[in-house]
Amino acid sequence: MANLAINHINKRFGSLTVLKDINIAIEDGEFLVLVGPSGCGKSTLLSIIAGLDDHTSGSITIDGKSVQGLEPKERDIAMVFQSYALYPAMTVEQNIGFSLEMSKMPKSERLERVGKVADLLQIRHLLKRRPGQLSGGQRQRVAMGRALVREPKIFLFDEPLSNLDAKLRVEMRTEIKKLHQRLGATIVYVTHDQIEAMTMATRIAVMKDGILQQFGTPEDIYDRPANVFVATFMGSPPMNLLPAVVVDGSQNLSIRGADAILPLPSLAAAGVTEGKEVLLGLRPEWLSLASADTTNPTLDVYVEVVEPTGPDIFVASKSGERDIMARLPTGSQIRVGEKARFSVDLSKAVLFDAETGAAI
Amino acid sequence: MSLRLDAESAAMLGPGADLRISRILGRVFIYGCLIILAAAFLAPLISMLFTSLKSMDEIRSGNILSFPQAITFEAWQHVWGSACIGVTCGGLKGYFGNSFLIVVPATLLSVGFGALNGYIFANWRFKGDNILFGLILFGCFIPLQIVLIPMAGLLGQLKLAGTIPGLVLVHVVYGICFTTMFFRNYFVTVPAEIFKAARIDGAGFWAVFLRILLPISWPIVMVSIIWQFTGVWNDFLFGVSFAAGSSQPVTVALNNLVNTSTGTKAYNEDMAAAMIAALPTIIIYVAAGRYFLRGLMAGAVKG
Repeated sequence: MANLAINHINKRFGSLTVLKDINIAIEDGEFLVLVGPSGCGKSTLLSIIAGLDDHTSGSITIDGKSVQGLEPKERDIAMVFQSYALYPAMTVEQNIGFSLEMSKMPKSERLERVGKVADLLQIRHLLKRRPGQLSGGQRQRVAMGRALVREPKIFLFDEPLSNLDAKLRVEMRTEIKKLHQRLGATIVYVTHDQIEAMTMATRIAVMKDGILQQFGTPEDIYDRPANVFVATFMGSPPMNLLPAVVVDGSQNLSIRGADAILPLPSLAAAGVTEGKEVLLGLRPEWLSLASADTTNPTLDVYVEVVEPTGPDIFVASKSGERDIMARLPTGSQIRVGEKARFSVDLSKAVLFDAETGAAI
Repeated sequence: MSLRLDAESAAMLGPGADLRISRILGRVFIYGCLIILAAAFLAPLISMLFTSLKSMDEIRSGNILSFPQAITFEAWQHVWGSACIGVTCGGLKGYFGNSFLIVVPATLLSVGFGALNGYIFANWRFKGDNILFGLILFGCFIPLQIVLIPMAGLLGQLKLAGTIPGLVLVHVVYGICFTTMFFRNYFVTVPAEIFKAARIDGAGFWAVFLRILLPISWPIVMVSIIWQFTGVWNDFLFGVSFAAGSSQPVTVALNNLVNTSTGTKAYNEDMAAAMIAALPTIIIYVAAGRYFLRGLMAGAVKG
């Protein structure tokens, strides 16, 4: 088990910058999730940590020691791939034991280690089979077993659940998280799925276009997004962004195109001046149906679509010409085509600079 | 009469019967074509086999495609053991052995080197790798005739001129272009993640090749072996150019046998000799042809 530091990593292919000055550090036992849309460089960063890819400048340290120039096998890491990458000609037992065999571990010790991992993953009955005879979920377990058996300093996961169906994905998600808690392992996990990121991580690094957008705990990322991209990428349905201008001696926000005035959220009050153009960020769950005696600020909307999901209903509505998505508990009295009044919880609301998109 | 009956019964059975009749007619047409084509392709082989089993008297009196009246293996025995080729009269058997001495090492070496080359080109990057692969591919398109004279010079300098090892070398060098291409194109269809996983697991250059990739490449190994075996076995030009006297392969000996016979042409012996020379490649195709087809398609269906 070990800590990991990624220091000023740059990666260029000719004039194309794939990764730009990435700085991330995690402690022993943390679960770091690299998340972002496809092409954001997250998988490249993982390959660089693994030593499968070169970087242009910067350094990686594991346990305080630079791994510059070390072969993948010398870095004491293990990796689980999206396609599982099992060796087709070997049995499950040989697949899991291959790295130990390569490090010349005696056979009896090797088989014992493989057996222990097989028990942990409940795949002992599959040990004599070949990958071609396994289901997707079983292959996934074997791929995990191959990583676990090495007891490495750091586990690297490259979108390991993307090839599974929805139900299995949720199961394996829980299982990986359980394993993490049980082993206390340091994990770097790449995904494009923001729900996987939120549910599993102790730290999230959100990336876009090779640039680290924000690095923090899931709560940081969700409640205090650093910019508009993070705010809309994390969370489903995404955060509402309402263009507004600061008015009334920096007391209030006038929502553009909506004929609504809301008080300036206290979190951001210090950073703005009268007349500043901003974006007001409101998570759908910060809106609720206003009761008659509410003291919260309110927003009058016209309900366009209602989407029941079971525990919640998503309400797509319009205030003036602005789209507003709200998440209300099932059973809320709301009807399509009618007007409604939302009470707005501004205690967590975030403001972004309308020009730069950065949080204020 | 029967036709009319058929029409009547068809009418009684309704429109479904019409469909059935036209389907049967279609089948008859397809099988008819296939049988005619198969006969056209097999006729020469059958004629060779039959002629080789006849005596000269029967050949003179009979039809070229008729079944032999009195089967005799005299012609086979004679060309195998005692026919005169050039000035020696030891039959084809020594040359047949030569061909094996050439084809076995030439096939194994060219397939082995091709597999190794293909693995390197598919999985390892080095400076100028694409240019080198392009040059090796180019080797597949060089006509045999062009290399004859420089190759003769090279074999002379290596003191291998006119020997079986010299001929093996020529075939290995020429075959590597093809086998390298086969293996490289096969290995690039193996997911790159398997190669990465093996590197992380600590497998080196040889372990990845021998433990991970080779065990899953038997279809392309079969293709390469069949390709090289038939190519080298059937080669005449290199054999006639670079082998001398007692080290000649069977194809060259066959030519000499047929051309040196004096007096009446012994058709039965010529046919028997040709059958002997062709037999190993026929056996290889019959035994392993299905792997050949499967191997050729392996890359295509995996995607």
